[in-house]
Amino acid sequence: MLNKDLYLNENIFENPTLEATRDGYGKALLQLGEENPNIVVLTADLAESTRVDGFEKKFPDRFFDCGVAEQNMAAIAAGLGVSGKTAYISSYAVFSPGKNWETLRTTVVYNHSNVKIAGHHSGIMTGPDGPTHQATEDIAITRCWPKMKVIVPADSIEAYKATYNSSKSEDPYYIRFTRDKTPIITTSETPYDEGKIQTFWISNNPQVTIAATGYMLYYALIAALNLQKDGIETEVLNVSSIKPLDQDTILKSVSRTNAIITIEDHQVDGGMGSAISEMLSRTRPTLQEFIGLQNTFAESGDTKDLIEKYGLSAKSIQEKTLNLIKRKNG
Amino acid sequence: MIEQIDSTKIKILNEKANKIRELIIEMLLTAGSGHSAGSLGMADIFTAFYFHILNQDPKNPNMKDRDRLILSNGHICPVRYAAMALRGYFDISELQTLRKINSRLQGHPHRTSLPGVETSSGPLGEGLSQGIGIALAAKIDKARYQVYVIASDGEHQEGNIWEAAMFAGKMKLNNLTLVIDRNNIQIDGFTEDIMPLEPMIDKYKSFNWHVIEVDGHNIESFINAINEAKSIFEKPTVIIAHTIPGKGVDFMEKDYLWHGSPPNKEQAKEALQELRTLGNKIISEHQ
Ligand SMILES: Cc1ncc(C[n+]2csc(CCOP(=O)(O)OP(=O)(O)O)c2C)c(N)n1
Ligand SMILES: [Mg+2]
Repeated sequence: MLNKDLYLNENIFENPTLEATRDGYGKALLQLGEENPNIVVLTADLAESTRVDGFEKKFPDRFFDCGVAEQNMAAIAAGLGVSGKTAYISSYAVFSPGKNWETLRTTVVYNHSNVKIAGHHSGIMTGPDGPTHQATEDIAITRCWPKMKVIVPADSIEAYKATYNSSKSEDPYYIRFTRDKTPIITTSETPYDEGKIQTFWISNNPQVTIAATGYMLYYALIAALNLQKDGIETEVLNVSSIKPLDQDTILKSVSRTNAIITIEDHQVDGGMGSAISEMLSRTRPTLQEFIGLQNTFAESGDTKDLIEKYGLSAKSIQEKTLNLIKRKNG
Repeated sequence: MIEQIDSTKIKILNEKANKIRELIIEMLLTAGSGHSAGSLGMADIFTAFYFHILNQDPKNPNMKDRDRLILSNGHICPVRYAAMALRGYFDISELQTLRKINSRLQGHPHRTSLPGVETSSGPLGEGLSQGIGIALAAKIDKARYQVYVIASDGEHQEGNIWEAAMFAGKMKLNNLTLVIDRNNIQIDGFTEDIMPLEPMIDKYKSFNWHVIEVDGHNIESFINAINEAKSIFEKPTVIIAHTIPGKGVDFMEKDYLWHGSPPNKEQAKEALQELRTLGNKIISEHQ
C-alpha cells in the first residue's frame, strides 16, 4: 500500500491530476527569481518549451537567450557561476548535456561553477519527434562526472522542490525533465530530502524491490497495486536522486527481498539501474532485472504506444517481477 | 584609464618579459613536456597585463573587484604561471613543479587548484564564452572590473568562438576585451594552410566588434590598445596581437613544430644563453 507517512496524492489510482515536470521547473524558477537576486536563467532558443518564458518576462535583466548555441550557453553560464550567480541553463537534454557535453565537463564540472543543467524532453516520452529528440543517454553521461548531483523528479511537485532546493548549493546539478503531463504522485506535504530514497509502496513481506526513476515511478506503483491483487507483495522506491545514491535505503530493502527490478525511461546501459547494480555488486550482490531501452534507439510514435512497444509499461514491470521471483526461487 | 608608460617603465617591463621567457624555458625543461612556442610568444603581453594593466592584488587573489584575466588557450599556461610567480602570487621555485604529481600547476590550468586562475581551460574555444558570463555578472552587479580574454588564432576554427562573438556583439559588452594571439601557427602547420582564418578584422567587424591590430611584442602599443578598448563604449573590443611564436629563442621562432614541444637540455642551454645575453648583445653573469 501507499506509504502514509509521505502524504502522497490519495487519488492517484482513480483519477490522477496531471502536470508536466517541466512546469514544476518553471514555477520554481519564478519563485527563486523573486527571492534571490543572484538567480540567472539561460536558454538556447527554447524559452517556452523549457518553461522559462515566465522568468524571462518577470526578470528580463537576469535572462539570456543565447540563440541556438548550446556550447556558448554552457560556458557563459559557467562564467556567471564563478562570479556569484546561480545559473540555470535550459534546453533539450539531447543538446544540453548532449551536444555540449565536453564544454560542461570542463567549464562547469571541472571548474566547479554554480550551474544547474536542466535537461528537458528526456526519454522516449518525447514521442513523435523521434530518437533525435529523445534523450536516452543523458543520465549515463552526467552521472559519470565526479561529485555531480543527478536528479530525476517523479512528478511536477517534486520537480518544483528539486529545482528550488538545488539553488541552496553551489554544486553543479543535472536535473532531468519530461515533456508530457504525468500523474502528480506527491503533494506539497510530501517531505523532500535530497539524496534520500523514499519508499512509496510498502508491504509486510515484500518479495521484490521495484526501483523507479522519474515519471516511471507511476507505472511502478500501478504494477505494485496489480501484483498485490495477485497476492504478490513488493516495495517501490522513488530513486529521484541517482547521484548521490542512497545506499542505505536500497540495502535495507534488498536485504528483505533479495531481488530488485529497476525502471527508467533511458538506456539500461549506464542509467539508474546500472548505478544501483554497481553499488550492489560492491556491497551485496543481488539478483536484478533492468527495464529501459535495451541496446536500441526508439522511434517516432505516441508516448503510450512507445512505452508499450519498448517494454516500459506497468504490464511489463509485472511480468519482469514474476520472472525475477522465479529466478530467485529457482 | 590605465596609466601611460614612460621609457624607464618600458625598459623595466621588457626586462620582466625576458625574465618570464627564461622561467618558461626552465619550467618546460624540468617538466619534460609542454608548449614552448605560444608561451614564449605571449611573454610581452602577459608582462603588460600582470605588471601594468590588471587591477589585482597577488596577496588577495580573490579580491572582489579584481580585473579578470581569462586564458582560453590553456596550453600556453607556462607563461601565465611564470608571470604570476614573478608578480608574487606564489614562490618562483613552485614553477619547477609544473605538470608533476601533487602540483597546483596543472598541465592545463585548473581554477580550483591555483588561486588567481579564473577558469579551467585546455579544450579550445571555451574561454570567450566564459569571459562573457563573467562580464554579464559584472553588469548585473554594476561592478567596475574589466574582463580580458586571451584566445589563440587556431582556436578560432572552433564554432564556439563565433557563437560567443555573436553574443558579445549583440549584448554590446564594453567591459569585455578579447586579445588574440595571432601567431599564425597551430599543431599541424600554419593556420592559413590548415584552415584559413583571414580576414580576421572583417570577421570581427561584421560581428559588431571594435577591432584593433597591434604588434604583440611592443608593450607600449599594447597598453595603448587596452586604453583604446576601455574608451569604446558601444561595443566589445578585440585586439589582434601579431606575435612571433617562440619569440626570443632564435631556433624556435616561427616554427610550428615548437607548438607543443619542450626544449631538451642542450636546447634549453642554448635558449637561456640567448635570452640572458639578449642575443649576444650583453655578457651574461650566469652562463
Ligand atoms: C577542443 C580542442 N581540440 C583540440 C585540441 C588540441 N590542441 C591543442 S593546441 C592546438 C592548436 C591550436 O592552435 P593555437 O592555439 O593557435 O596554437 P599555438 O599558436 O599556441 O601553437 C590543438 C589542436 C584542444 N586543446 N582542444
Ligand atoms: Mg596559434
